[in-house]
Amino acid sequence: MKKSLLFPDFTVIRDPDKCIQCEVCVRQCAFDAHSFDKAANKVETDASKCVSCLRCATMCPTGALTVSEYQQNIRKNKNWTDKQIKELYKQAETGGILLTGMGTDKDYKIIWDHILLDAAQVTNPSIDPLREPMELRTYLGSKPDKIQLKIKNEKLKIEKPLSTFYSPLTKLPPQLKLETPILFSAMSYGAISLNTMRALARASDECGIFYNTGEGGLPKELYKYGKNTIVQVASGRFGVDPDYLDVAAAVEIKVGQGAKPGIGGHLPGEKVTDEISQTRMIPTGTDALSPAPHHDIYSIEDLSQLIYSIKEATEYKKPISVKVAAVHNIAAIASGIVRAGADIVAIDGLRGGTGAAPTRIRDNVGIPIELAIAAVDSRLRGEGIRNRASIIAAGGFRNSADVVKAIALGADAVYIGTAALVAMGCHLCQKCYTGKCNWGIATQDPYLVKRLNPEIASRRLVNLIKAWSHEIKEIMGGMGINAVESLRGNRLRLRGFDLHENELKILDIKPAGESM
Amino acid sequence: MIINSQNLTHKKLNEKIRSAVKSGVNRIELENVNGQRYIASGLKANVKIEIHGIAGNDLGSFMSGPEINVLGNAQDCVANTMDAGKISVHGSVGDILGYGMRGGKVFIKEDAGYRAGIHIKSYFAKGESASGGKEMVPVIVIGGSVRDFFAEYMAGGIMILLGLSGDKNIAGNFIGTGMHGGTIYIRGKIAKSQLGREVEFVKLDKSDDEIIKKYVSEFCGAFNLDRKKILREKFVKLKAIYHRPYGTIYAY
Ligand code: SF4
Ligand code: SF4
Repeated sequence: MKKSLLFPDFTVIRDPDKCIQCEVCVRQCAFDAHSFDKAANKVETDASKCVSCLRCATMCPTGALTVSEYQQNIRKNKNWTDKQIKELYKQAETGGILLTGMGTDKDYKIIWDHILLDAAQVTNPSIDPLREPMELRTYLGSKPDKIQLKIKNEKLKIEKPLSTFYSPLTKLPPQLKLETPILFSAMSYGAISLNTMRALARASDECGIFYNTGEGGLPKELYKYGKNTIVQVASGRFGVDPDYLDVAAAVEIKVGQGAKPGIGGHLPGEKVTDEISQTRMIPTGTDALSPAPHHDIYSIEDLSQLIYSIKEATEYKKPISVKVAAVHNIAAIASGIVRAGADIVAIDGLRGGTGAAPTRIRDNVGIPIELAIAAVDSRLRGEGIRNRASIIAAGGFRNSADVVKAIALGADAVYIGTAALVAMGCHLCQKCYTGKCNWGIATQDPYLVKRLNPEIASRRLVNLIKAWSHEIKEIMGGMGINAVESLRGNRLRLRGFDLHENELKILDIKPAGESM
Repeated sequence: MIINSQNLTHKKLNEKIRSAVKSGVNRIELENVNGQRYIASGLKANVKIEIHGIAGNDLGSFMSGPEINVLGNAQDCVANTMDAGKISVHGSVGDILGYGMRGGKVFIKEDAGYRAGIHIKSYFAKGESASGGKEMVPVIVIGGSVRDFFAEYMAGGIMILLGLSGDKNIAGNFIGTGMHGGTIYIRGKIAKSQLGREVEFVKLDKSDDEIIKKYVSEFCGAFNLDRKKILREKFVKLKAIYHRPYGTIYAY
């Protein structure tokens, strides 16, 4: 067999003056890029194996390692980039579908960076979030069309609480109570390690928010975090039994995912270890297939049937969410989901992450979450059913400003996945699908799993959520808004900068420079 | 205990069932059932439920433990994601029988529609103690015939098709498409062209005969049928060719 034509992605430079031959890098790299050459008595590097996760460079005690772009200059060509050429070589050599991990790295316009926030000046004054109460608490679930009250006592007295005069006749559907409008996205056991799940669960508990099991089931050990857990029901029905539904705070039906709309999940058999088999309730060593279609769902009526099947199974005590990828017809789809009886609609945009997806799908299918939020919120308002379900937006939220903009466009809360993983140490090398994550996140290898300390990781997550929440308060304060409720759908406080007229129309925001 | 289901919504009906179970009732008869969906959904209990009439979609979905006897037909999605227990239907059922089922038994006296046994799977459930645990092996026995995509994506468990209804075609096409575990037994002739790409015929051995005998006997007991007559006929056995049907299509 002829040598592969593939050329490396990265160059690894070892500073001979600094390297002390301690072999830390050899132990750290699960991709076997570093090895100790006994004959030469020194550490060698095969850069063609490097994925630039920077684990070795971070751990090297003397800072001897530098990882950079591959430095051979292939003739520059805007059409036929290095990446395109390498992908062609790879397919010519394997005949396989290209796989990748995390969200798309393609250079699409990020609309968040073309939306500007407002602040109060002179007239409606801003609020100092450090001294004034700021309300980030968010309730997710269906809100009634109207509220009926029974009057107990006609004579209102200002000093007495309202409940002495009225009692509500309307029963509020079940709600999820969040201390801040952020949740951790669905990431399944199998794709991520148990330590990573532990960290997400603990942090959710501490922050008063929720994490999502994805479709990989819920390890028994995490049942104690049930009140902070959203469990998923996907087409493969992995790990779904009455206890699983019972322990969760909410149940999410997974129809689609932003990184791979229209594509199912597929955990390769070699990753289905004993523990994964227990949790997913599937045989050890066989592929875990969860095809894109739920074969019991071919219509909105069928979706409604699954929603109500779960509502019956959970005695109407928990909100039911339906998660879909943001695709071209998302507004109509969301309307159908709400009419089918979902309490929450979760929408995952083009830049959503994944543990494994075909590259072509990840990079080319779906629409940006910014446009999807606006389109869905407008549609549901137009139809007068916006109150019937909450919207959770997902797909590449990078910072608190993105969150504020999403809420102002009409989302109730956001799911963060990639940002949470980065907080725990992920370096976005996109090799999650190999199961060799050097940062101990997307792996089941016991040696690698140990690298992520759930205590430390959960602390980092708590810090992240705390920091973002403070920032959100600060931004809201600047706008003169003291409750996230008043920010929701408040598109008047957004302006588009350098956006096309059509984009402004769909976002339903004014261009920068235009007044109220 | 008898519950008259006439004019009850599924919500009301299930409320009554659950409160009966909570108060310790272990036998419930549902009369005048007329297509109510989700009966016994998510119910975790040791209770016997007898249904008079037609059970609606999602009968026994997510349930764990109950024994349900339907004296009539049932509609789509019977035993959806069922965990444990038993459902016997003294008639026919609609499509998507036993979706993602991973424990318990389902006996259908007559026919089932499309995609019977889709995603059915088995696994070894470890107990709390290190030595404990049990093999979770769901079993579906269908007395009559089935339509296309029988046992699609099957990952474990046992599916037995008896073809007693006298239909010329006891199963449709694409049998076992995407199958990667478990065993199918079919009484009667199946053409190779009816099989999905991922399955093949394999020879039966002694242990297969035991399995067939065991579940056919139980099936016959449930519906008062002549076991010997049924067992006289030859069975074929189908297995998945690979445990990892799509393992080779990706470039790593
Ligand atoms: S893959 Fe990571 S650990 Fe291995 S050489 Fe590259 S940067 Fe270092
Ligand atoms: S989770 Fe691990 S493998 Fe995936 S991108 Fe992050 S560092 Fe790389």
